[in-house]
Amino acid sequence: MARLFEYQSKELLKKQNIPVPSGKVCQTPKQASDAAREINKPVAIKAQTWFTGRAAVGGIGFAENPEEASGIAKNILGKTIRNFTVGEVLVEEKLSIKDEMFASITIDDLERAPVLLFSLKGGSGIEKIARDYPESIIKYTIDINSGLRDFEALNLLRKFDIEGKILLQVSRLLVNLVKVALAYEARSVEINPIAVTEEGKVFAADCRITVDDYAVFRHPDLGITYARELDAPPTPLDKLAYSIEKDDYRGTFYFIQLEKNFKKNERYLGFHGAGGGGSMMSMDAIQRRGYKLANFCDTSGNPPASKVYRAAKIILSQKGIDGYFGSGSGVASQEQIHSARGLVKAFLEENLNIPAVIRLGGNMEEKAVEILQNYTKGVPAPVEGYTKDDSADYCAERMDELLKEYKPLKDNKKPEVGLKKVDYEFETVTGSVKFQYDLCMKCSSKICIESCEPNILKLENGAPVLAVSVADAKKGKCTECLGCELECRMHGENGCYVDLPVEDFA
Amino acid sequence: MAILIDKNKRVLVQGITGREGRARTRLMVEYGTNVIAGCTPGKKGEKVENIPVFNTVEEAKEEVGDIDISVIFVPAPLVKNAALEAMYAGVKLVVIIPDRVPIYDVLEIEKVSRITGARFIGPNTLGILSVENGVLGMIGGRAATASTWFKKGNVGVTSRSGGITTSIGYYLSRVGVGLSTLVHVGGDAIVGMPHPEVIKLFEKDDDTNAVVMFGEIGSSQEEQVADLIESGEFTKPLISFIGGKAAKKGTRFSHAGAIIEGDRGSHEGKVKRLREVGATVVDSFDDLWETTRKIVGKL
Ligand code: SF4
Ligand code: SF4
Repeated sequence: MARLFEYQSKELLKKQNIPVPSGKVCQTPKQASDAAREINKPVAIKAQTWFTGRAAVGGIGFAENPEEASGIAKNILGKTIRNFTVGEVLVEEKLSIKDEMFASITIDDLERAPVLLFSLKGGSGIEKIARDYPESIIKYTIDINSGLRDFEALNLLRKFDIEGKILLQVSRLLVNLVKVALAYEARSVEINPIAVTEEGKVFAADCRITVDDYAVFRHPDLGITYARELDAPPTPLDKLAYSIEKDDYRGTFYFIQLEKNFKKNERYLGFHGAGGGGSMMSMDAIQRRGYKLANFCDTSGNPPASKVYRAAKIILSQKGIDGYFGSGSGVASQEQIHSARGLVKAFLEENLNIPAVIRLGGNMEEKAVEILQNYTKGVPAPVEGYTKDDSADYCAERMDELLKEYKPLKDNKKPEVGLKKVDYEFETVTGSVKFQYDLCMKCSSKICIESCEPNILKLENGAPVLAVSVADAKKGKCTECLGCELECRMHGENGCYVDLPVEDFA
Repeated sequence: MAILIDKNKRVLVQGITGREGRARTRLMVEYGTNVIAGCTPGKKGEKVENIPVFNTVEEAKEEVGDIDISVIFVPAPLVKNAALEAMYAGVKLVVIIPDRVPIYDVLEIEKVSRITGARFIGPNTLGILSVENGVLGMIGGRAATASTWFKKGNVGVTSRSGGITTSIGYYLSRVGVGLSTLVHVGGDAIVGMPHPEVIKLFEKDDDTNAVVMFGEIGSSQEEQVADLIESGEFTKPLISFIGGKAAKKGTRFSHAGAIIEGDRGSHEGKVKRLREVGATVVDSFDDLWETTRKIVGKL
């Protein structure tokens, strides 16, 4: 889920008229002292991370004056808290807190609706509150169209004996909090604590919001460039993978980097699954043999070959991996030749120098295995394909054996990729198809034409051209199946190249 | 009989002219599903697999008559509109294939389903297949493969993973255990018909003698199934495997539904609860079919 920092969350609260302490997000000690000066009161300096419990690990400090604020900020900035390097601190007015309450909204799978939790006791985690003060909690199911109305909020709070002036502020806060959740399609919103100050004012002292990954596209104002569940900020590779998936609705491509700092021979593998359930089992099978996964990746839901190709390129860009293990549910409904072709193109371009075991069970599996094995004969490392009658466990076993046998080449040279010159090209959904005609003239097979499944190529004066309009090809008539390029490599004169940029895809 | 889909159910495909819509309509028709119409706004008059295309569901209904089921293949941002359109037009079962449907959209679909008395499967589902009866969605991919992979019999399958639905179906058939209906409930955190709803249908289905369930960490679907067994609402043998044992807390591997929040929905808790009420839970996925064969053999 796309998590927002405390300061971002508080911006959203403010917009919805929920009072928050005055404050400023700072990246340097200097900015922190300036902010403290501006606030002109004692301040709290809070590390901006995705976790609660910052105070216990030195992520929060208090300062009486700007100089102190600068010193504390210096301490906190750059600190690593649970994988997370602190890049920003929030400097805000220190409240004199008399009482702490709690409110959250989450989507509940039993109620099948957003559920508001409110507790008269706040401060600690809700699990602890529920254990220690079960009677202090109320739970209320929200109607997604009408939200929480004023009278509903007041009726909810009737159970507690809250003083009139505070009661109104709290009930207004709850009404507005529901508005925030609905407006930003939050998977969860939590204000903990809601602070009641000595002066009798109610503030959101801390706040955490996570936005539904799938709804991020409707909220460009949040500036979320990466919407995935992670426990640390995305790596450059995570971001690159995400940019590939973001606007391409054909099939699913999910990628997370699990480990970054490893070297060759430390038993790290690139993992390429298909389908969540089967991928998890396949991961178990390979991990049982003492291997570690550099990444998790899943291409499923009938992705085009181009998507599988980019996934493979991204997996292979993790330099220290010793092998490439691909295995999903084993009996996929999708046409596995597309996966095979995507992998082949990537393996050829990288001149694959680590063993690969791929379980391609599912529709057209025999053809898929044949493509995978035959078309990669030229690469130095062994590539083995398996079908639905081979278990994930067996494939993990083969991976293990190949890794023991294969000695990677010392200096592996990647072949030159692409054509020397381009005589004809057309755009596809995410790239382009290119031809070099002097090679086509020498070619007797012209196999690109018949290997194009959607039939969008034809011969004109002995050379391939589009048989449909340029606009149609770009709109999706060209399915980026890679048939033309791979068949041409095998049976033609290498006059065809499907150009699918990865690096600068975004 | 089977659950959810049989030969007589009249099926509509929304988004029939798109890449997936076309491919899957072919599968459905060739497998014997009674697809009677399709719709894509602006494409009225076209035909896909000889099936007439209309602009809206209401229009299709006026032209071809009542519709029992709609299968949706439109891009995720358009799913809510399509599902509400079908439900308000009186369609009682909506199958939502696409992945990445915003959760608040699903909540709204859920709300309208209650108002209109409709049900929905998914989102993010491979669909439903009732052996030799029909298929909704994309289970099997091609009719010819679906026919060879899945043999007819009396075991129902319900699964939270699409690929695993197919795998279980194939591996069971391979060891001679035939199937009634396969249901992929969908991989998202909120789905229209979670395991317990499917289980209740299997209980009433004369063609189903036992059920194989693939559960996952996260949510409380499997615990609810255990409740059904305990209360006597489900009485047939249940054989289950729960995936995601090795997953880290809070980390998501692919299925949005498979995320453990706090202690709820843990692997351990699910296995324990199911065993408590007498369900069979296997520790290794590969034991699922043999174990099922033995249990079904004794029935
Ligand atoms: S197969 Fe290759 S070389 Fe032959 S005509 Fe086609 S693109 Fe040109
Ligand atoms: S031109 Fe044809 S063969 Fe080549 S990628 Fe496009 S659809 Fe595939």
